Amino acid sequence: MTATTKTARVFGSGIRRREDPRLLTGTARYTDDVALPGMVYAAMLRSPHAHARITRLDTSRAKQAPGVVAVFTAADTESVLKPIPCLWLVPGSDLKLSPYRPLAKDVVRYVGDAVAVVVAETSYQAYDALELIEAEYDTLPAVTDPEKATQDAAPELHEQAPGNVAFHWVVQGGDVEAAFRSAEVVVRERIVQQRLLPTAMETHSAVAHYVPVTGELTLWNSTQNPHIVRFACSVVTGIPEDRLRVIAPEVGGGFGSKIAQYPGDFVTVFCSMKLGRPVKWTETRSENYQATTHGRDHVQDVELAATRDGQITGLRCTVWAGMGAYLSTAAPGIPTILHGLMLSGPYRIPALKEDVYGVYTNATPVEAYRGAGRPEATFMLERMINRLAAEIGIDPVDVRRKNLIPPFDDGFDVVTGLKYDSGNYVGALDKVLAHVDYRALRAEQARLRQQGRYMGIGVSTYVEICGLGPSQVAGAVGFQGGLWESAIVRFHPTGKVNVFIGASPHGQGEETTFAQIVADELGVEVTDVKVVHGDTDNTPMGWGTYGSRTTAVGGAALAVATRKIKAKAMLLTGHLLEAAVEDIEYESGRFFVKGTPDRYKTIQDIALLANVAWNLPEGMEAGLEATSFYDPPNFTYPFGAHVAVVEVEPETGRVDLKRYVAVDDCGPQINPVIVEGQVHGGVVQGIGQALWEEAVYDDSGQLLTGSLADYAIPRADQLPEIEVLSTVTPSPHHPLGVKGIGEAGTIASTCTVYNAVIDALAPLKVDAIRMPLTPERVWRALQPSREGA
Amino acid sequence: MTPAAIRLTVNGRRVTSSAPPLTRLLDVLRGEWNLTGTKEGCGEGECGACTVLVDGAPVNSCLVPIAQMAGVRVTTIEGLKGKHPLQGAFVELGGAQCGICTPGMIMAAVALKSRPSTADMQAGLAGNLCRCTGYAGIYRAIRRATRSR
Repeated sequence: MTATTKTARVFGSGIRRREDPRLLTGTARYTDDVALPGMVYAAMLRSPHAHARITRLDTSRAKQAPGVVAVFTAADTESVLKPIPCLWLVPGSDLKLSPYRPLAKDVVRYVGDAVAVVVAETSYQAYDALELIEAEYDTLPAVTDPEKATQDAAPELHEQAPGNVAFHWVVQGGDVEAAFRSAEVVVRERIVQQRLLPTAMETHSAVAHYVPVTGELTLWNSTQNPHIVRFACSVVTGIPEDRLRVIAPEVGGGFGSKIAQYPGDFVTVFCSMKLGRPVKWTETRSENYQATTHGRDHVQDVELAATRDGQITGLRCTVWAGMGAYLSTAAPGIPTILHGLMLSGPYRIPALKEDVYGVYTNATPVEAYRGAGRPEATFMLERMINRLAAEIGIDPVDVRRKNLIPPFDDGFDVVTGLKYDSGNYVGALDKVLAHVDYRALRAEQARLRQQGRYMGIGVSTYVEICGLGPSQVAGAVGFQGGLWESAIVRFHPTGKVNVFIGASPHGQGEETTFAQIVADELGVEVTDVKVVHGDTDNTPMGWGTYGSRTTAVGGAALAVATRKIKAKAMLLTGHLLEAAVEDIEYESGRFFVKGTPDRYKTIQDIALLANVAWNLPEGMEAGLEATSFYDPPNFTYPFGAHVAVVEVEPETGRVDLKRYVAVDDCGPQINPVIVEGQVHGGVVQGIGQALWEEAVYDDSGQLLTGSLADYAIPRADQLPEIEVLSTVTPSPHHPLGVKGIGEAGTIASTCTVYNAVIDALAPLKVDAIRMPLTPERVWRALQPSREGA
Repeated sequence: MTPAAIRLTVNGRRVTSSAPPLTRLLDVLRGEWNLTGTKEGCGEGECGACTVLVDGAPVNSCLVPIAQMAGVRVTTIEGLKGKHPLQGAFVELGGAQCGICTPGMIMAAVALKSRPSTADMQAGLAGNLCRCTGYAGIYRAIRRATRSR
């Protein structure tokens, strides 16, 4: 957004990120960069089998290896470390918890399950000694496909969960049976949302420093939520929270995978507790692929009921959601609350029902991955709408138009029970279609088809739930914590400002955007504000950075705190200028008596006078500082419309992504350059799912895509320029109207690109291909139709 | 047996390492000389996060044993001293998000010829992965910085 007033507002301006200088010079410090005197190095022995009974675990030779300080197994840790808690216990789902031990005992349940740890003077020595641990296993049958895991013959992972069903959750609204009984058209599809590897470029890492004499632990951790780590670490290790300091230093990407509480973290803490020395553990990349959580992994059977003219009347589906071998921190909430409740998307769907089976499989635990549940819902809807459009012979854009919820600015109740905050879905769709000239694109497509070329156009509209969320709702849906955020604004006597936040940004730029909020609210220079985050010892409690909630919730906390500062400044100005507080006005950093703007106090004057406290009104406390714990009244619901244009080469199956246009509405943008970066990155991650990425397990449960040589994240030369546009629909309940943008791109882009490819292949009668749409998959899908042609 | 000392030049300073000969250059830089700006992303030469310049050419420092570094000139991100035009352009145009791939990305870009074509950039950065930015900001920044070079 460009400023429309003469004085450019700092809110809304694309100022440079203050995070960047340290990142660009190599001075930023990530967890693996932490080096402490006397530090030793941990390496984990991990199961090579997907399912096996441990028959022998002899560490005696490893203990004798050069440099080795200690070797521990579950026999050592189990008296100290409790199982890792799952923190999202979705109610009404018959949840079957099973112990998730930091080191596996007796049975291993996925390739990568940790069974022992070696601590040595150097990391090389630790890895060398791993090879000297004599581990023997009796292998057991394994299953990695979530649907197959629920079938009769499937091996069972946990005695607590017969048939491997970890939970069964149902969402329903309206009379879905009646909708299908009376449907003029029903379309069906099986959709596989393949398992993905989040692939933060920084692998997971922990440095634990326990000081026996004080009983205090400092844990540097590559996490998205240090305060949750402190809480969970206290539960697992028994170290009281007041003796436990968690520092998330610079964190090299998370995308959901650094929400989870990891066995390796607690084992590293255990080693430091036992040895009284600092211990560092950093995953290798192949270890990261085995042991850091994965994403998605849904098998979905979907049916959509509609009228002949394209009015949707019902949606019915069954989802088998792979959970992996154990329930990770937030995992049960993802295919349920964050997926099922968003099933009606931006459309008026009068009736729906979804059965979700969370299923244990012999695979790495699944956790949030950028979008977390919402891409799986959006894809389902957008896919089915295109299928409906093809069935009834109406343009897919027209089917969307027919069903989109009309614009609203203060609440809309949907069939799943949610109340969306504000939306103008038609507006976003109009904008993206006008930008690409949709009619011209269709005409070009027709022309190319006559030349035997296969151009495809994908259009999708989406709405997502973010800004998680009211704590009361968090409690009602089984989240074992709150979902508010906190901010402290502290003015120093010189007028410089520190902001301390409980959220924990790691690449999203809130050190900059939050300074912009303070500058905008209080008239200080943006460079006079420093934002502090990531250290539980000097920041207020907060629930973390995920679910596009940092600006949506933490930003609201900050706005409220700045307004408390402003209120105090008004009081003090009134006292100093001998006027009633009602007569004090504020503009651009100046407080003055109504009508006499030349007699004023600046916020810097107020900061000094409040801090020296020589002359305060009766009852006013010294200092200029405010704290806010902000619990939002509702979630926020960003939305948008995206278009992708592809050309498919039938001879090779190659998909050429020629154009991608995103229109996203996250409300007012604090820093459009940062918003654009979030959209770019998000869109590309979603494209990765559509075209290239898949975590592949073989029948025995070996992860075949176990390295960056095998798992194909997007590379620069495969991508067109992503064109980023926006509309602005403020959230009615957020103090700044902002909604959140971190996940939008990923939520929309997978289905947009997929629909474009299927659209391209329509003349060849191909209506579904399993993702990712690699050249091989596309080529294979084309073979029957070509043979028949 | 004490390994033979390896002498080389790092960021213009002559240094000696007595690390075991198969120690990765990456680990010597980070562990011995505290040059932690060079990052490890995969340890197998796929991601480029550990890119440094060896005698001016980009090299994955995770794949090179220190024994092969005798007499060479190594330049790491710290050696740019924050003054390279690429660093300014990355700030200006959104080239960094989480920052972990950034030092390697910049070192790979430093090695590009001046006024590179898009194809030159794609070839020169083919070995550098970024999961945050979608590469758009990175390419814009490189284009801007190399235009003025």
